[in-house]
Amino acid sequence: MHRFAALYAELDRTASTLAKREAIASYLRDAPAGDAAWAVYVLGGGKLRRLATSTELRQALAASTGYADWLIDESYEQVGDLAETIALMLPEGDGSLADEPLQTWMEQQLPALAKLESADRVAQLQAWWRALRPAQVFLLNKLITGSLRVGVSHRLVVQSIAQWSGQPTDLIAHRMSGQWKPTADALTALTHAAGDDEHLADRPYPFFLASPLEHEVETLGDMAEWMAEWKWDGIRAQLMRRDGHVGLWSRGEERLDGRFPEIELAVATLKSDGVIDGEILAWDAEENLPRPFTALQKRIGKLKPGAKLLTSAPVCFMAYDLLEYNGSDLRERPLRERRDMLAALIEGLDQALMLSPPVVADSWSALTVERQQSRERQTEGLMLKRLDSPYRVGRKRGDWWKWKVDPYTLDAVLLYAQPGHGRRSGLFTDYTFGVWDGDTLVPVAKAYSGLDDKEIGQLDRWIRAHTTDRFGPVRAVEATHVFELAFEAVQLSSRHKSGVATRFPRILRWRTDKGIADADKLDDLRRLASG
Amino acid sequence: MFDPLLQPRPEGLYCPAGDFFIDPMLPVVQAVVTHAHGDHARSGSGRYQVASAGIGLMRERLVQDALIDAHDYGETFRMGEVEVSLHPAGHVLGSAQVRMAYGGRVVVVSGDYKRDPDPTCVPFESVPCDVFVTESTFGLPVYRWPPMTQVIDDLLAWWDDCAQKQIPAVLFCYALGKAQRILAELALRTEHTVHLHGAMLRLVESYREAGVRMVPTEPASESARGRDFAGELILAPPSAAGSPWMKRFSKASTGFASGWMQIRGNRRRRGYDRGFVVSDHADWPGLIRSVEDSRASRIYVTHGDGDTLIRHLRDLGHDAQSLRVLRGTDNESGG
Repeated sequence: MHRFAALYAELDRTASTLAKREAIASYLRDAPAGDAAWAVYVLGGGKLRRLATSTELRQALAASTGYADWLIDESYEQVGDLAETIALMLPEGDGSLADEPLQTWMEQQLPALAKLESADRVAQLQAWWRALRPAQVFLLNKLITGSLRVGVSHRLVVQSIAQWSGQPTDLIAHRMSGQWKPTADALTALTHAAGDDEHLADRPYPFFLASPLEHEVETLGDMAEWMAEWKWDGIRAQLMRRDGHVGLWSRGEERLDGRFPEIELAVATLKSDGVIDGEILAWDAEENLPRPFTALQKRIGKLKPGAKLLTSAPVCFMAYDLLEYNGSDLRERPLRERRDMLAALIEGLDQALMLSPPVVADSWSALTVERQQSRERQTEGLMLKRLDSPYRVGRKRGDWWKWKVDPYTLDAVLLYAQPGHGRRSGLFTDYTFGVWDGDTLVPVAKAYSGLDDKEIGQLDRWIRAHTTDRFGPVRAVEATHVFELAFEAVQLSSRHKSGVATRFPRILRWRTDKGIADADKLDDLRRLASG
Repeated sequence: MFDPLLQPRPEGLYCPAGDFFIDPMLPVVQAVVTHAHGDHARSGSGRYQVASAGIGLMRERLVQDALIDAHDYGETFRMGEVEVSLHPAGHVLGSAQVRMAYGGRVVVVSGDYKRDPDPTCVPFESVPCDVFVTESTFGLPVYRWPPMTQVIDDLLAWWDDCAQKQIPAVLFCYALGKAQRILAELALRTEHTVHLHGAMLRLVESYREAGVRMVPTEPASESARGRDFAGELILAPPSAAGSPWMKRFSKASTGFASGWMQIRGNRRRRGYDRGFVVSDHADWPGLIRSVEDSRASRIYVTHGDGDTLIRHLRDLGHDAQSLRVLRGTDNESGG
């Protein structure tokens, strides 16, 4: 554990991607393979589930320190991270468990913790803490609470493994896609030369991601080299049929098998095997349009949807691309070829599996006009893809662009604030904003991003000095400051007090030039929502 | 409540029976000043009472012709009807707690203080009293300072690492107190020269004149143009971060020495490469211990987010209250 804790400290200390990659590669070289496999797993975002609740962690902390619950809460509010709060408050342990390998923690100790009765779990946590140094306590708690948050992406882990093993990044990414099992053998298998990869049979390909278009669309050059399609707002996924076996993987590389039977049924009727990249959407067959994302949310959580839900919230798979056809990898072929093959493959299928139609225009300006229909079509804008482009790995700029429509905006008043987490811990950075409903302000949006560090600091001091009420970590503040918010959509919602729900709200700017009387009215939002 | 020894006023903390202010924000006739940080020592008052150990720094900080009376630690002097004495606070060179005795009661205003050893100043002295006024800059149990030797180990390792990479190491720290403490701690381990930002030169000189042993220093700005600072350690005030002055240290690794660096979120947010936990304020155990040691029947808490400390002291059975003294913000004493 101490070796991994040292790696963590080193990763935490640097913002340089290069230095992080170096540190991980060096750890992989030195650590026992079993530990290294688990390090790769947790650094890449993998976690063990439901080991202990945060209540149990707090109970163990209170028992270990004798501190009152309120004092633990206040400390947590300041630090913004329970794992760290605990490490900072505990008496220093003796380090007798510091040499226990990461593999043992992940395969034996922690799974055993999950099986204990709650009271025994609290006692076990205290015993471990007494036997570890603060940096290791912190890391153990991080493993238990689930998220390392050390500025290491899955992509960076893949690159580090590539650097260490000398194999190409894309090959490592593919071998790690899907649910990679953290064992010494699996780690060794990642480092083999290309070729013998039968274990990839049920794995998705790494997704190719588009970047936001930041320049005028005309800068893309000759329009004949590009294809436009709608930017659908659902769940990006890969639908596969190999040797007759059907699988569905989300972009987060979670298996979705069983959740969307209508899609699996459709792919079973295909003439050939294949792997299709596309989007799962809640679909309104009568309007021939997707339904709002909230409709899809009803389906996401359901492992085995019943007949009623299948009728009331049907979904479809909107196909973008064909990555594999009858066992051969098409990713190096140009998009225009892949699209032709895709169209031929799914031709004649019903609405559960359809081709994302090209948006045809004869000039960039004509396309700009088409794009204005994005909202009516329940899409977020357009995707622009170079017809010659291969299907790349990850977010590579140049071939695929997302050209989203401008967001809606509204002026709203800051009503509540609560401390953020991670990099923003200890600062009030999670804000709730309201608009006028008659002569009262009602909350309509929560936003976390959009201010710079200076503004965050300024607002944090103001919030502390102008708190009118406290509800746990949440502070009510005097209605004073107006912010311009951007959001992608607004829907009527019975779950929200205001009766509306805004999608992807974020702060555009602090409107110091406006007073609260200038804030927007709820009626306008309602009108927008009822469309 | 009227206390003849203690009364918050707009100018600062006032002692009615002695007719003087402690660390006044605004010009007053008689001022007792606990230490030379800018938010405590302000020019314009008629006369100042300070600890002898800090006289050089006070002269540096106040206008040249200020009337300053210096007192040895523990020496008693009269202000109006009050017997006053100054006692070491362990915060920075010459820092003092103010003990006031009148009518059989003793009040101690501790000013800013710390309990950890510091080679640049006399350690904090616990003064028994009836009323103890404490700061609470770091009034949460998550603030516990690591031993200075450990911090200096980390600092030296970072310096070595920068030397190996052939880049400068720029450490930001407050110019009065923190900088000299680090230079003095380094002197116990190395004789290597450290380069200083201009804002620190005279203060470091003041400390040397007071007999504090530090590593050799050189003004960074007097180095020849285009001098290569690769592998060198440079100390600068936080205000220099991101300023044009930094341009001479190309590819520098940056560090920040402050108690706030205890929290990971602060380290990450500040954007320095490294955080070193060094504070001239008491940590949580230091605050609690000082309150206990004072044996006071009433505790007043000033500074910072004092509510948590007050509530905890009450849980421990103390009569603890908040004492709101307005204090300007000043970058030098912030942790």
